[in-house]
Amino acid sequence: MISSLIGVVFDGLAYGMLLFLISVGLSITLGLMNFVNLAHGAFGMLGGYVCAVATTHWNVPFLAALPLAFAAAALTGVLLERVLFRRLYRGSPLDQVLLTIGLTFMAIAVATYLFGSQQQALHLPRYLSGQFSVYRVDLNIYRVFLLAVGLVLTVALTLVVDRTRFGAAVRAAVDNPRVAEALGIRVALVFQIAFAAGCGLAGLGGALGVEVLGLDPVFPLKYLVYFLLVVAVGGTGTLKGPLYAALLLGVADVAGKYYVPQAGAFIIYAVMLILLIIRPQGLVSRS
Amino acid sequence: MNSARASTRARPLPWQEALFWSLLVGGFWLWPKHLALASQVLISALFALSYDLILGYAGILSLGHAAYFGLGAYSAGLLATHGWGEPLLGLLTGGCCAGLAGLLTSLLVVRGQDLTRLMVTTAIGLLLFELANRLSSVTGGVDGLLGVEIAPLLGVFRFDIYGRTAYGYCLLVTFVVFLGVRRMVHSPFGWGLRGIRDNTGRMLALGYPVHRRLVALYTASAAIAGIAGALLTQITQFVSIDVFSFNRSAEVVVMLIVGGAGVLYGGLVGAAVFTLAYHYLSGWNPLYWQFWLGAFLIAIVLLGGGGVLGAYQRVSHLLRRRLERTAQA
Amino acid sequence: MTPVLRTSGLGKHFGGIRAVSGVSLALARGARHAIIGPNGAGKTTLINLLTGMASPSEGDVYLDEVRVTRLRADQRVKRGLARTFQINNLFPDLTVLQSVLLAVCEQRGVAAEPWRPLRSYSEEIAAARAVLRLLHLDAAEDTVVRQLPYGDQRLVEIALALACKPRVLLLDEPAAGVPKGQSQALFRAIAGLPEEVSVLFVEHDMDIVFRFARRITVLVSGSILTEGAAEDIANDPMVKQVYLGNRR
Repeated sequence: MISSLIGVVFDGLAYGMLLFLISVGLSITLGLMNFVNLAHGAFGMLGGYVCAVATTHWNVPFLAALPLAFAAAALTGVLLERVLFRRLYRGSPLDQVLLTIGLTFMAIAVATYLFGSQQQALHLPRYLSGQFSVYRVDLNIYRVFLLAVGLVLTVALTLVVDRTRFGAAVRAAVDNPRVAEALGIRVALVFQIAFAAGCGLAGLGGALGVEVLGLDPVFPLKYLVYFLLVVAVGGTGTLKGPLYAALLLGVADVAGKYYVPQAGAFIIYAVMLILLIIRPQGLVSRS
Repeated sequence: MNSARASTRARPLPWQEALFWSLLVGGFWLWPKHLALASQVLISALFALSYDLILGYAGILSLGHAAYFGLGAYSAGLLATHGWGEPLLGLLTGGCCAGLAGLLTSLLVVRGQDLTRLMVTTAIGLLLFELANRLSSVTGGVDGLLGVEIAPLLGVFRFDIYGRTAYGYCLLVTFVVFLGVRRMVHSPFGWGLRGIRDNTGRMLALGYPVHRRLVALYTASAAIAGIAGALLTQITQFVSIDVFSFNRSAEVVVMLIVGGAGVLYGGLVGAAVFTLAYHYLSGWNPLYWQFWLGAFLIAIVLLGGGGVLGAYQRVSHLLRRRLERTAQA
Repeated sequence: MTPVLRTSGLGKHFGGIRAVSGVSLALARGARHAIIGPNGAGKTTLINLLTGMASPSEGDVYLDEVRVTRLRADQRVKRGLARTFQINNLFPDLTVLQSVLLAVCEQRGVAAEPWRPLRSYSEEIAAARAVLRLLHLDAAEDTVVRQLPYGDQRLVEIALALACKPRVLLLDEPAAGVPKGQSQALFRAIAGLPEEVSVLFVEHDMDIVFRFARRITVLVSGSILTEGAAEDIANDPMVKQVYLGNRR
């Protein structure tokens, strides 16, 4: 009983960490530029496919393919930001939703055309597959890897945001862009870099997630709700908020599917609905 | 670039309106072989109209409106499978059930910011879909309900295979609802909604109980969506959990944007354009449809708002100005 | 005579910042009462607390000796408290008449009626026109608010508040942003406010303060420095030092 509970929580945390990695970029975009980017999942999908193609067709080792996924997604993000998104920062949320949904549809169509609509298989290196036991609890190695990578990245992100000048610039820009600009911070540039990083992280998360979340052309829409929930419940403007929300969501989803399989995804929507009602401003809000 | 901003000057002229509805009535003779498709268009139009109420007039962006459509559809369907096949009864029941659901959920939806509302509405839609899926013994799941038999309308008009009764029925219901909504939009209540949409804070400072009014509007919108759903069940004599799908919720947003939000006819026009486009284009290749739909959405946003009706207005405005200039010259 | 608006120990803190603290003031019936103070003194926060747009950390607000501290903004309006905003907070795409009609309909209880067209509500339209006439805005009734000169927009602000038939009117810097050339109309408007309406206004412009105020409260760093009849405050050396400088 306990061992399965630990297993479930562990799985859930790994899953949640994955969701956090993908969603943190969305939180940045929303918090920094008030831009609702429903195409965010597409960056994850891009990273996933780049990683899959790299490992299966170009024989790139898995760990080397991950930075490739990051780079591909980040570059695409920069391109799209300059060409499309930039025009809509002052636009209405509806315009942003429509544009990004349109982009998502196009991405799905292209992915279906290039890769077909079936699930993409990824060959994990042997040292990352299988399980090992700790105190009679079976832990999946890949999940451990996910948690480890996630923790490292989260710590790195926190350090960048809290300790570097760039991080300070980001925080200032989130807090009050006009004053930040007046202080000499080039908000547009800060945003571009932050946005690129967010997209890159999404791509990385997508690549890491192929094994856990699966990868097919409808990935952006299938998981969109989860990303949005993480951001809505976690709030924008902090790193902790989306992190807690993602972990909570991950554990709740895995636990729900394990203990009450008949309810399916019902539990997760219900939990999130309740959370949104109780704290519409997010779990960790900046007052 | 404000696709949701309603132009307060966008009132169609009486002759345009008369022409529009006459055209629809003439459908019996203009497109007799496509009455079934035309009925689908009308149902989508009604659904889009209900969505326009909350998006175009109250500024509530929702991706879960299909929840009410589905509730209406299933109310009518379940009523029919249990022996009460009279269409008007089903319509009324569908509207009431959906309206009640709207009333209850509105308390969750009308508070909160844009993103929260988007999430809450999406969650509600997905929740109902899941619920309907799990309760497949009642709902028939993806395969749908069996034995939905609809009695002749008013005991007289049998639903024929050419879809004539269905078309007339849909047209009548759409017209009546449209008239009702139009009256509402021009009433003090409707103007208050416009004020709420344009400046909620100021309305509060004028004493408007904003939440109460939005709850009333949301309820009405849900009821209309339910009526549209009930119509679908009745004319197709079938309902499956598909009526709750996220796609349906997303499509209605697109329809409204294509047609133009906040101008009442926008939903009707958008539904027509979208449904017809889907019917003819997706036949080729679903991939093409999705790709070009996406590109189209992007184009609409980049080219400025107002959708088809907005474009029509801009063109006619341009033409009018050119005529004035040549008259002055 | 009981004060028509009263606060006791009203305060608002944001974390470590005390925007308003320990404010107890009373507004008499028919008063013309100004609140002055340097920038950042907490004047707008005070107005937000009085109207219900912000909830206090401590203290209470009383309207005709009825405790309204827990009431929402719209509920207070129904009890006779209306306000204007320091920065124009209007309906840019509606006409002047349409804007005021919104307020009038709500005040007369017909705003929730969904059946008859607005243009058939002749009594409400007449009432709206009366308000506009009071402020000499009747010529502009069909002008879209967005196209009005700034000074006229300020007048629409006041029109909206007046249309609520308030017993207490809170004006938040009515002259803010109004070019000197357009201020005559504003003076006329404030002078023409009905006698029975009690007016509390926040102002920086000393012209307006000394022209219209009979009582003045001086707010500094969120607390009341002093309060009294206008002439006394004008001559108070402490106030002069803190705020008025070497004027008068």
